[in-house]
Amino acid sequence: MTIHWFKYAAPTTFYGLAGKLIPFFAWPSAILFVAGIYFGFFVAPTDAVQSEAYRIMFIHVPVSILSMFIYLIMAGYAALGLIFKTRLSSMMASALAPTGAIFAFIALWSGALWGKPMWGAWWVWDARLTSELILLFLYLGFIALQASIDDPRRADRAGALLAIVGSVNVPIIYFSVKWWNTLHQGSTIKFSDTSMHVAMKQALFLMMAACWLYTIAITLVRVRSIILERERNTQWVSELEEVRS
Amino acid sequence: MRVRTKTFLFIIGGIAIIAASVGLVLFALRNNVSLYFTPTQVFNKEAPQGRNFRIGGLVEVGSLTREKDGLTSHFIITDMMKTMPVTYKGILPDLFKEGKGVVAQGKLQSDNVFYAEEVLAKHDENYMPPEAKDALDKAARAQSALNAASGIPPTDTTAKKIGY
Repeated sequence: MTIHWFKYAAPTTFYGLAGKLIPFFAWPSAILFVAGIYFGFFVAPTDAVQSEAYRIMFIHVPVSILSMFIYLIMAGYAALGLIFKTRLSSMMASALAPTGAIFAFIALWSGALWGKPMWGAWWVWDARLTSELILLFLYLGFIALQASIDDPRRADRAGALLAIVGSVNVPIIYFSVKWWNTLHQGSTIKFSDTSMHVAMKQALFLMMAACWLYTIAITLVRVRSIILERERNTQWVSELEEVRS
Repeated sequence: MRVRTKTFLFIIGGIAIIAASVGLVLFALRNNVSLYFTPTQVFNKEAPQGRNFRIGGLVEVGSLTREKDGLTSHFIITDMMKTMPVTYKGILPDLFKEGKGVVAQGKLQSDNVFYAEEVLAKHDENYMPPEAKDALDKAARAQSALNAASGIPPTDTTAKKIGY
């Protein structure tokens, strides 16, 4: 059997594939969210220093990590679209941006809710916090820039440049707690090990997996809409069952 | 050269230039980006003179005293090399404890006391249930008792762990 690698790089075929894939990511995501919340709030033990307040971490850590990851993936897709002129890559970048922005926003918001009781401040101009705020602005800038240009190809090019340039911010966020004195604590999840009780770790990984699957599912939903919108004048779209009815 | 290769090189070059400029900006800002100065930096006169700045470190064990008014507190911030006495009038955060991390914002006065306007607690990235913490503390106490018996000076393991 020969595999046609580029078959699904065409929006026409990817539209159908994405539609079939969505339930396989959406349902596991929902189940893992419920499991993660249950483990995080009822199974994981109380923390010795922060008692119950540390449980904000089960929301805060997955969305923060993903807000950075999604940016890199978005910039990667945007770069592919810019270099190889593949339409689907640019559409994927546009589809990822809102999820990344929402995650960055939740990261900042949940961080503020955590910071007030533990540190004593909603917000400080700490390197970690400030660079994450810049990440949110980069996402919003990407979305706004693409929305302000009518020609989709030019919008893709302009957005791609912004996305690629902005990706230097991601390592700054990640290493900020190492490079400078910050109020924000260091990384709990490192490449080598984690400094965390095993039951807490399990809950955190459940939430992380749930957020990953959610991201994939919602991006596929969004990319389908973008495909329909951009290809609305083509033959194949007008022949789609959901369009005709 | 093909157009695609050209675009690719253009982008790579662009990224390199931007990365280099960001690197230079960060290098120039390296002290200003830090949220606080350590007592050693203050001692070396690296902290701004005569205006507000933040100082961070551990609250020295046994240094916290409160005045009769119940609001004014005095404590010493240490980075295990140098120390800085701090006076603060206000409510201390819940996590404020002797031997734990703290960041104070205020001004260093001519009497060499740091008058803080805001005190924030800094916690570390280790999470564990109270029983595990008790077991660790017990082990640390046993170790230091052992060291004391054999004449080895006590070491502060928490300071090392947090990275001060």
